[in-house]
Amino acid sequence: MRGLTKTYPPVKGRRGTPGTPEVRATHGVELEVRRGEIFGLLGPNGAGKSTLVRQLTGLLRPDAGSVEILGHDIVRHPRLAARILAYLGQESSALDELTVALAAETTGRLRGLDVRRARAERDAVLEELGLTPIAGRALKKLSGGQRRLACFAAALVGERPLLVLDEPTTGMDPVARRAVWAAVDRRRAERGTTVLLVTHNVIEAETVLDRVAVLDRGRVIACDTPAGLKEQVSGEVRVELVWRERAPLDVPEVAVLRERATESGRRWTLRLAPEEARAAVATVTGGAAFAALDDFTLATPSLEDVYLALGGAARQGLVKA
Amino acid sequence: MRTGVREGRREEEQRVVSVVPAEVLPGGARAVPEAARGAAELGPPARLWPSLVAVYRAQLSRARVARIPLLFVATFQSVGIAVMMRGVVDSGSEAQSVVAGSSVLVVAYVALNLLSQYFGQLRASGGLDHYATLPVPPAAVVLGAAGAYASFTVPGTLVTAVFGCVLFGLPLSNLWILVAVIPLAGAALAGLGAACGLLAPRPELAALLGQLGMSAALLLGVLPADRMPEIIRLARDLLPSTYGVEAYARTFGAHPDWAVVLADLGVCAGVGVVSLAAATWAYRRAAVR
Repeated sequence: MRGLTKTYPPVKGRRGTPGTPEVRATHGVELEVRRGEIFGLLGPNGAGKSTLVRQLTGLLRPDAGSVEILGHDIVRHPRLAARILAYLGQESSALDELTVALAAETTGRLRGLDVRRARAERDAVLEELGLTPIAGRALKKLSGGQRRLACFAAALVGERPLLVLDEPTTGMDPVARRAVWAAVDRRRAERGTTVLLVTHNVIEAETVLDRVAVLDRGRVIACDTPAGLKEQVSGEVRVELVWRERAPLDVPEVAVLRERATESGRRWTLRLAPEEARAAVATVTGGAAFAALDDFTLATPSLEDVYLALGGAARQGLVKA
Repeated sequence: MRTGVREGRREEEQRVVSVVPAEVLPGGARAVPEAARGAAELGPPARLWPSLVAVYRAQLSRARVARIPLLFVATFQSVGIAVMMRGVVDSGSEAQSVVAGSSVLVVAYVALNLLSQYFGQLRASGGLDHYATLPVPPAAVVLGAAGAYASFTVPGTLVTAVFGCVLFGLPLSNLWILVAVIPLAGAALAGLGAACGLLAPRPELAALLGQLGMSAALLLGVLPADRMPEIIRLARDLLPSTYGVEAYARTFGAHPDWAVVLADLGVCAGVGVVSLAAATWAYRRAAVR
């Protein structure tokens, strides 16, 4: 993928019900994704990730700006998007009542494969993802993770140089996740497939992505490698404290910490300089405070910390598992 | 104390995900100057007929999973109406329109009502995105689904027609006309149903429109026309299923006027073409917002 630049000044949100104010779901977003890259869009719910993806896939026309995918202008010719990319949306309702095998085969047929190719690719992909044993079952009757995997299989039939995956691993168990990333990696290594991944899962973003754009309220607030982003907040360490019942505020040091903590029930989250963190840990693991402590963790900054440090609006929007 | 648990998990995740750095990829994602690459080759577009067949097949298989109970309902409903009307009308021309009307009602129920609901739900749930991101002609999606729903009506229509003929003592000899009535009335009603489903802003409204269409087909198609007031008769003339009903009803006579039958079927076909074209347009509109 080359030269994917998009400027979307005011983009309408969905046509809201009358009376709701106009939503600017994406706002002058500019990104460039390189060929063969796994590029992530990270942000909490409502950050504009899905709107951006819908604009990329030709499903939603931007009010302004341009989208170029692999040398093709998608804003001018939205129908071309279907011939360059495979899209895994969040909804499976078009495939729900089909069997896994038929869903994959039909999708391949609709990607322009002839019957023989569609069946061959269907069999290969189902085998690759370990879906062969449930090939004859209807998607509707599968668990959420299996259904997601079946939809992912359908997205892979009929090879495309760009995969746009909107939260592909939602609800999947570790085995299925591994199958997904192995399949992505194989395509990348063998064919240089580019992947655009939408996620609000921080761990996945950190481990899978080559580069990540952090979205907040329709704007890109950062775009770099996960490591590069984390360097921006490398001076900080995150300390999480979980109290048994309530915090021992009678301990003066704990009372001081409280001023810097984000509280969420019994859990306190603190972002501290390393030596402060050391002192804080020493305080809570010794003396009176220790009796009230249920658990603590000390962690290097994650992309969530980056998001918050960059001024992301949502305090709790990102998933950490 | 579980200090470091998170680190451990991250390491594990690291192992199960991407292990190929972008630098070593064929063509070197970052090494090759971007400008050296031209526009990528496009995948082939799906052609109309093969994709229509694929959609049709997929939709037909949905019947096995989800539609069989509804097809029974459609059939029982029509058979029930024929039985009910047995007490109201005598044999003769009224009986003919009851049998024809209740048979075509199956088509109205499945092709108009159920298809409208299906497309309404598909649109509301975002399921259309799936088709819209595939290089498939809109007509293939609409015609494939409409064709499948029209096919679902075949058994119910046949059962109702045969049962009705036996019940009212009508001849079975011209039953073959259903071979033309089902697809043509099916096309007209399925086109309407698809257009309603795709245009309705909310799925409830799509269901309501489909239901109303079916009720209209029931009231205006089954009840004998000559007892109706003028305005209702006008509404009856506007409903495409009427022409399917009339074409079929006419064939019960000893010497059917085939030209009129053909004209009635021609109306069905014409409405079918227009409504399916409208549905295709509605699909395009619904798919890319």
